[in-house]
Formats: sequence, structure tokens, C-alpha cells
Amino acid sequence: MRAPKYLELVCPAGTPAALRAAVDAGADTVYCGFRDATNARNYPGLNFDREEMRAGIAYAHARGRRVLVAVNTFPRAGETGLWHQAVDTAADCGADAVILADLGVLDYAARRHPTLRRHLSVQAAAANPLAIDFYRERFGISRVVLPRVLAVGEVAALVAQLKVEAEVFAFGSLGTMVEGRCYLSSYMTGRSPSSDGVCAPAECVAYQEDGDGLRACLGTAMMNRFGPDEPRSYPTPCKGRFVTHGSPSYLFEEPIGLNASAILPDLKAAGVTALKIEGRQRGRAYVTEVVSAFRAILDALAEGRPPPRAAARLHALNEGGQETLSAYRSGWR
Amino acid sequence: MSAAQPSTPKLSLGPLLYHWPAERRRDFYYRIADEADLDVVTLGEVVCAKREPFFADCLPGVIDRLQAAGKQVVIATLALLTTPRELAAIGELAAAGMTVEANDVTAVRVLAGQPFVAGPLINLFNEGSLEFLLHEGATRVVLPVELSERSIAILAAHNRDGETEVQVFGRQPLAISMRCYHARAYGLHKDSCQFVCERDPDGLPADQMDGRGLLSINGTQTLSHGYLVLLRELAGLRDAGVSHFRLSPQAGTDMVGVAALVRAVADGARDPAEAEAALRAMVGPVPFINGYLHGREGMAWVPAA
Repeated sequence: MRAPKYLELVCPAGTPAALRAAVDAGADTVYCGFRDATNARNYPGLNFDREEMRAGIAYAHARGRRVLVAVNTFPRAGETGLWHQAVDTAADCGADAVILADLGVLDYAARRHPTLRRHLSVQAAAANPLAIDFYRERFGISRVVLPRVLAVGEVAALVAQLKVEAEVFAFGSLGTMVEGRCYLSSYMTGRSPSSDGVCAPAECVAYQEDGDGLRACLGTAMMNRFGPDEPRSYPTPCKGRFVTHGSPSYLFEEPIGLNASAILPDLKAAGVTALKIEGRQRGRAYVTEVVSAFRAILDALAEGRPPPRAAARLHALNEGGQETLSAYRSGWR
Repeated sequence: MSAAQPSTPKLSLGPLLYHWPAERRRDFYYRIADEADLDVVTLGEVVCAKREPFFADCLPGVIDRLQAAGKQVVIATLALLTTPRELAAIGELAAAGMTVEANDVTAVRVLAGQPFVAGPLINLFNEGSLEFLLHEGATRVVLPVELSERSIAILAAHNRDGETEVQVFGRQPLAISMRCYHARAYGLHKDSCQFVCERDPDGLPADQMDGRGLLSINGTQTLSHGYLVLLRELAGLRDAGVSHFRLSPQAGTDMVGVAALVRAVADGARDPAEAEAALRAMVGPVPFINGYLHGREGMAWVPAA
């Protein structure tokens, strides 16, 4: 395997084409999932079957890159077999690690595949050293993907106490609730982010003309109403506009994307091992753009050069064209 | 005990999720101790560590009074444990012989090897995670609100040697965050929140833009606007092996009355449809919901067939 430069760049692949695009654009590592409810981006037209996974891993390995397989949802009672099978298949296809969240699936993987690396998914939302150490002790995890709720200083204080690697989000869309423990979408649609791997699925979204504006609904619930000149955002529950004290506001979070490209030296100094780009639901062109922009920044930082001006390029790619450092800056809470 | 012959279900009062002034909270529990027909009462702050000190002085007296009234007392942990001090406190409670309800996996690490209750905010969705938690020492599991009747039945059947609890009344907890939306709704930050959540003892309504109710904000927690009401479902849950029915305290409702009503239905002494109508009169204009249990969106109300 090729040694990562500066920080390991972990990139999303919703399709085999996106996997190849990510590798070609300079990803150190690609993460993907199977075409079913076992992963948290279970959307139509996405993900991999067994043969695609095998071929994708071969493509990456031939170029010295790694592939992680996300089996990071929570099986419903009576359905754990599908999740066990996903872990077995990932191992059989030669995955470099599985990304897991459910206590039962972690237990299964640790017993059945002790030599297959286990990463703790952000869906497990382990954000303190004791929780992370618990997962290490019980299930032998090698890496934790940290929830998007910590300021940079908190990341540094946490990583200093860990006996496992830390991966943090650097770019993409983000929820504001503790991940893996948010039922807002299932409350409105009946389909669960936790167990079905879908948040605000497109088939539950409806837009309705409303005077000179537009209503965005999720299930029967109204998530937003856009005036004629307002930017329109996807009706994800935590990015909806709700009325408190008589006035509507983006109560949970503005519909904006995370972009931590300006603080990579801070994350490196905090002891982080890997940077994660969110977006397995995004297309190949997006993956190429974001991955190559981060590759250029990381290469420059590794060589002590000033990072290239990729900011504008990344900015245009983010959700709604607005971006934030989110929790990485203090005062977010 | 065999699951084929279910015993009489126990009634349990879940932790008060809201931030009430200490005196109101104390008086509420005194009345519960003296008047409510409940088997288990769970105390403890689940939502926000900053609220905990306010009730600390009242807690021992409330525990004594509840225990003297024959109620099992359980102390729930925070949904998000973040500091060693919070964990040490859990260890001390357990060492003092209190039963603790773990609402964060982090607490399991402290409680492992001794009996504890796995709370509804731990992701326990399947037999694998159930077995893991039983192995760690869970003697009762309070199932997450998202589960359908089918999932509950599978888990209860898998947990014949332990106890299985399901919420049957009150707002459903839907999400927790590090960020405080209550403070945000009042134009404040969490670090300087002035405890504005105390102004909304039954939650702050977060409505749809057309005015329909949808959510209820309680500090860092988001709840359903509607109250979960499972009455005609109680017999089926009992037959499936559910041993405890949980009521979640609401400010706008007489919880002693709710407990009496649920008990009567659970014991088969009162017709569920009639009890439902009586509950509507007690609760006022808040909608009833039961969607999750019926495999639907949580906010739905599935009427009797």
C-alpha cells in the first residue's frame, strides 16, 4: 500500500465508476457499501454488488490504495443475517476494513473475522475516550470516525487519549443530531436512517406550488416554504425551517456544507490520522473535483509548499453554495 | 418464568425529560410516591448535564419517599456522557446499590458486570445487540421508540429470562444533539443559555410553517409533538412478553390519572377504546400518535381497525 502523505484521504464511492474516479483523483482510501440496507446511503442506483465490490477492491489494490466497506446501519430484529453476510462478503472480497456501528454486528465481526480491521462508524457516535475505549476493548476496533460535534481543540484533547486511530470529516453535508440516534426522518416517513440506511428518501419528498412560493414536504410534514427569490434546499428534517415563538427559522442548522480544507494543519496537529470526504450519494464528477482539490492541498502541505487556492473550487461544490467549519469552530453549540 | 404465561405487566414512570424548577419536580415525585399506582420510577437527568445540580439536594428525599411507597427506583444516565466526572458519578450510584438506566453506551463500560437497565436511548434494535447487552449485565431493556410491534415481539421472545420495557405514553424522544436548540430558539448559545428551557415545562413547540404541530424542543433533545398513546396495543404487547409499560411524564397531564388509566387497561379492567376517549379529555388538544408500533411513520395515528 502507498503511504498516505500528510493525512490519509478517505473518499466516498457510491458506484464502481466513482470508486475508480476517487482512486484516479488521488484518494488514499475509498469507502463504499453494498446495495441494500446494510449501509447508511441506501439510495436507488447506488452501491455495489459482490462482483462489483471485488473488482473495485482489485482496482484500488493494484494502485496501492485501500477500500473500506461500510456495514454501518443497525439491523432490525430478525434481519441480522443480511448484515452478517455483508461482513462476510467484505472479508471475502479482500476489503481492508469494515466500518461498523451496531453492537451485535461489531460482536459478530470481531468473533468471525478477527483479522479483518474494524472501524467504528460515525453512526455509533462515540465522542469521548471512554466510549471509544469501550469499543476497542470489546470489539478490537482500530479506528474511530469521530462525530461532527467537536471543536478542533476538543479533537486534539480526545485524540491524545486514544489507543486507536481517529478519522474526521473534512468536507460534505452534515447532520446536526448525534448520528445513529436520530429518528426525525423515520418519524416523518416511516423509513429509518438507522435500519433502512435512508434519511429523507427522495420518494417521500414532494414539492407543491404555494402562491408565489414552493412548499417542500417530507411525508405529510412540511419542511420548508421558499419564497420566489429564496435559495431552495433539500427537505432533510434537520435542515428544515420550523416555527418557534411565531417566527420560522432554520432551528437546527442552516442548509450548508462542511469545508475544513482551511484547517488541515490544525487537524494534523491534533493527531488525526485520516480525513473523510462525505458524499457516497454524489456523482463521479463531484468525487473527482473534491478529491483532486484535497489531494493538491495535502501534497502541498506534505512538501511544505503553500496550499493551492482550491477554496473557490470546493466552495462551488458544497450544498447550496454555502459552507461552514461547523463544530470545528467553537461557539457552534 | 415462561413467556407463554405472561405475568401482570408492571407500570413504570420514565425519567422526567424536561427542566422543571426543583420544587415543582420534588412535589411532582412526592405526589407520585403517595398517590400513583406505579411499580418503577426512574429519576435522573437524561438531557442536559447543566441541569443536574438544581435537583441534587432534593434527590435523596425523593428516592426515600418513593422507596418507602414500595416503588423500585432507578436512576437514568445522561443521553450523552462526555466527562470522567459524569462517569464516576454513575459508578458511585451503582456502588451504592442504586439501579442505573444506561442511556449511553459509555455507561455500560462503567456498569458492566453488575445489573443495570439498558435505556431507550441505546441502539438496541436486534438480537445481536440484545445479547451483547445482556452479557454485559442488563437485566431489563427499555426498547427504542422506533421499533415496530414485530421487532418488539422478536426481542421480547429473545429476552425470556430478562425484562422488556416499552414506552406507551408521552412524547417520543427523536433526536439528541451536542447543540442546544432551546437556547438557539431564544437567541442564545448553550454555554450562556440562562436555562431558558425552564420556561417550557412541556417542551417548546416547533411547528410546520403552515402552523401544524410537528416537534417539541427540550434543550438538546427533540421530541415528537404528539403524545404516544398505546392502549388497545397493551394486551398484544403483554402477550408478546413485554413485562413493563413506561409512561413518560408530561407537564400538561395528570400523570397519576394516566397511570390509573393505563393500569386499568393493562389489567383488562377497562375497555381500551373507552379509556382512549377518557385520555383524550385529560390530555387536551395534543394529538395522539402510534405510528412506529404499527410499522408506519412515527407521527402517524393508526386508528382502531
